[in-house]
Amino acid sequence: MIRALILFLSLALAAPLAAQDSLPPAPYAYRQLEDPAKEKAAQDLMMTLRCLTCQSQSIADSDAPMAGDMRNQVRERIARGEDPEAIRAWLIERYGDWVSYEPRVTTMTWPLFAAPVVLLLLAAIIVRKRFTRARAQGGKS
Amino acid sequence: MKHWAIWLPLALFGLLFAVFASGLIAPGDRTIASQMIGKPLPDFDLPQAVPDRPALAKADFTGGKPKLLNVFASWCVPCIAEAPVLAELARAGVEIDGVAIRDRTADVQQFLARNGNPYTRIGRDDVSKIQFDLGSSGVPETFVINGKGIITYQHIGEIRADQVPMILQKLKEAQ
Repeated sequence: MIRALILFLSLALAAPLAAQDSLPPAPYAYRQLEDPAKEKAAQDLMMTLRCLTCQSQSIADSDAPMAGDMRNQVRERIARGEDPEAIRAWLIERYGDWVSYEPRVTTMTWPLFAAPVVLLLLAAIIVRKRFTRARAQGGKS
Repeated sequence: MKHWAIWLPLALFGLLFAVFASGLIAPGDRTIASQMIGKPLPDFDLPQAVPDRPALAKADFTGGKPKLLNVFASWCVPCIAEAPVLAELARAGVEIDGVAIRDRTADVQQFLARNGNPYTRIGRDDVSKIQFDLGSSGVPETFVINGKGIITYQHIGEIRADQVPMILQKLKEAQ
């Protein structure tokens, strides 16, 4: 009995530490848009936006209240007819490239895009050299 | 194979080791700084959070005097620790305007009754819109807004007692 009371009290006292608001989720946090095409556009965008509080999830995956509020923003703006890329730009303007999972070519990221091309070219040169050498040797023997 | 080439795998290993070690010893900074510093405050017009403080809109920040815009919530634990520091800033003559994020009037009232009320105005935002407008990613955060409505500084997390002079300096710079 006493143990149960202690358990109850510790749980009751611990509750305020779980810093979570008591407000219901924003209108469009968990509700889809009525227009399937618009919902699809919103969903595609939400999959590529990063949650601010749980940084390895997209806002489509996260149950954090702030991710819910961000989904609400995205859906409301799409419902108003805004372009998904404009919404992405609006967020990047505030949080930097960080908030988007869609990589952009910038002065800092261009080597990432250039590297595969350079490597392919390099490989082609090496392979070409090998083959021509092998052919030359094959011809001699 | 040239004899120096046998050291190549070891060198590569050393390089990778250094990369991983540096990542483990000093993990990257995970805070997301707002890109809105130096830009004007976006338009907003929030309803009243509590009956005894007026509502908050962008127009309240263009009066010529630098102010603090504090984003807080009654459910936010660090905000309790920050409350006495904000009270100290208010005593120093700083005008602090607050926005209660995802909060109920009764809860805000209880929070202010318990921890003091340093705010001149308090707006209420149930969908965190102001945070997206400001480039803020959590509570508490405090922004220095100069008299023309330009954001000049973002403080992420609670303001600690030893950071009061720094905040006062930022307000002075915003003048």
